[in-house]
Amino acid sequence: MIRFIVRRIVAAFFVMIAVTIITFLLLAATGNQAARLAGKNATQQQIHQIAAQYGLDKPIYVQYVKTMKNIFTGKAYSYTQNINVLQEVKHDYPATLSLAFGAGIIWLGLSVLFGTLAAVYAGRTTDRVLTILSMAGVSFPPFFLGAIFLYFLGYKLGWFPLGGYVGLSDPWQWFKHLVLPWITLSILFIGFYSRVLRSTILDNTNEDYVRTAHAKGLTDGQVLRRHTLRNSMIPIISLWGLDMGQLLGGAAILTDSVFNLQGVGQLAATAIANLDVITIMVIVILTAFAVVLLSAIVDILYAVLDPRIRLA
Amino acid sequence: MSEPAARSNGDAPLLTVDGLKVSFATEDGVVRAVDGVSFTVDPGEVVAIVGESGSGKSVTAMTLMGLTRGPNARFEGTATFDGIELVGASNAQLQRIRGPGIAMVFQDPMSSLDPVYRVGAQIVEQIRAHENVSKAQAMDRAVEMMERVGIPRAKQRLRSYPHEFSGGMRQRVMIAMALSCSPKLLLADEPTTALDVTIQAQILQEMRDLRQQTGAGVILVTHDLGVVADIADRVIVMYSGRVVEQGTLDDIFYNPQHPYTWGLLGSIPRIDDNRAEKLPAIPGLPPSVLRAPKGCHFRPRCPHAFDKCVEVPELERRQPDVPTSRDRCWLSVPDKKRLRVVGERIGLETTETVGA
Repeated sequence: MIRFIVRRIVAAFFVMIAVTIITFLLLAATGNQAARLAGKNATQQQIHQIAAQYGLDKPIYVQYVKTMKNIFTGKAYSYTQNINVLQEVKHDYPATLSLAFGAGIIWLGLSVLFGTLAAVYAGRTTDRVLTILSMAGVSFPPFFLGAIFLYFLGYKLGWFPLGGYVGLSDPWQWFKHLVLPWITLSILFIGFYSRVLRSTILDNTNEDYVRTAHAKGLTDGQVLRRHTLRNSMIPIISLWGLDMGQLLGGAAILTDSVFNLQGVGQLAATAIANLDVITIMVIVILTAFAVVLLSAIVDILYAVLDPRIRLA
Repeated sequence: MSEPAARSNGDAPLLTVDGLKVSFATEDGVVRAVDGVSFTVDPGEVVAIVGESGSGKSVTAMTLMGLTRGPNARFEGTATFDGIELVGASNAQLQRIRGPGIAMVFQDPMSSLDPVYRVGAQIVEQIRAHENVSKAQAMDRAVEMMERVGIPRAKQRLRSYPHEFSGGMRQRVMIAMALSCSPKLLLADEPTTALDVTIQAQILQEMRDLRQQTGAGVILVTHDLGVVADIADRVIVMYSGRVVEQGTLDDIFYNPQHPYTWGLLGSIPRIDDNRAEKLPAIPGLPPSVLRAPKGCHFRPRCPHAFDKCVEVPELERRQPDVPTSRDRCWLSVPDKKRLRVVGERIGLETTETVGA
């Protein structure tokens, strides 16, 4: 088990290095950055000057090493605004973390509940109602749902604040500000996850080992909990890990922006609008790191859930 | 079956199946998987149910455990085990019977154990589902059971996962699990089909020993007549959902009455047979369970079929001097004796026809 974990972490490390290289090359390929920074009417001389200032005239591998060094020593400054990108990300990160984990727990819990109910009552009314609700949930974009929630529950009824983020130092306010974003983001995932779980459970119901479990004289509930559900959670956990990785990297751009949480998602939205290359790169790398890290964690979890994986 | 099968002893049978019918509603129509099956099993007796794939032998066994229940399944007839009627039993009743009453070993040991639990935990789960014992006590019993079915280093192997076992060892785990609650009746559904021949022999030996030690009744579902000859006391031959013949092991092997049984026996490759021909086989395919032929189900494949065969023959005693044998064939007993031997062996290969 220990060897498995070590091997997994080493592999994750190499994947991360590959991601930084690819991200860097892609952004370098977007065009002459010095010319873009110099503005529309800049002279050739001004462009050269800017290129020299930012080191953009150096060979690409030198640029890569220098940029990476800056990012990992906390000295990555945005070209467009003279701000330290890492400081910015650090400042915005608690909001992103709170949003992702809160929503992640809610959607995982509710998906397991709804998915199991739908599978147990497959073909009956409960299943049909849940199917319709899932489809509706998947179909509502967060900016629409978020706006509806803000208008009715926030503005009309005044139950919740109208957006913004409050740090954990005031837990009650933190919670109140996050309830609507959590629900909005969760609804997007619950529909999909519960459909996946439902069909996995139904597939597993026909497995031989489930028949064995019945033949042992276990109750239907015991068979479901100990055997069918346990085996059906494996794909759900890997989905969850990948989605959490993305969200921890700031992928909840819409929810973040609608509720003005000023998390990494909102930072990304602004950076993209301003073609702020360094900020975009830091966020892409952050997302990649989060995904790689989470999938490493998920692989380890996976091995706990499914002993056969440990051989691979 | 109205007439009870003759038995060697006078005790009540452990299991009495009477007129069992199982059908499934499918999109293509109603599948009559089991069409009126009756038999008994005594304590300590091994009854083999043989037949081709789709003959209803597995469905019969699983129905006794209530494992074929579902929204599309219909049942008729009765199966009385130890005074309890199984076909109409409630789920709670069945759950109590599964394990200490009737236990089952399935065909495919590779997929019949839950991949995510250690084998010890799976045996312990079986024990603790029925007995109020501590985990440690159940563990000790699991080790004991594993040793009994010939798993070496049982104490360490308890902590292994199913994928760390070979097929033969997994099947031993299944048997250990099935026997851990000391069942009165063991259903073995092709327990050796997925295994090597050498492992097969070992597993059969284990089952023989266990029957001797525990006195449990055994229903062995198989299509392997070699296995049947090895272990069975009585044999039930099923074809297309019906019992076509039943009798003692000797009745079936030395004095078979139904042409289908002749075909089965004739299909066994013989080691003393030096003809380099292709393997003997029963011509044709088993009928679709959706559109079974009228009358005797074997009629379309039977070279000896005649006018009378469009009526369903009853499963009854047809040889006055053999009280244990029953069959469903209209041919007269002397005709059967004459027709079944081809050359030096029993089989179906013939072009002879029989007048009405």
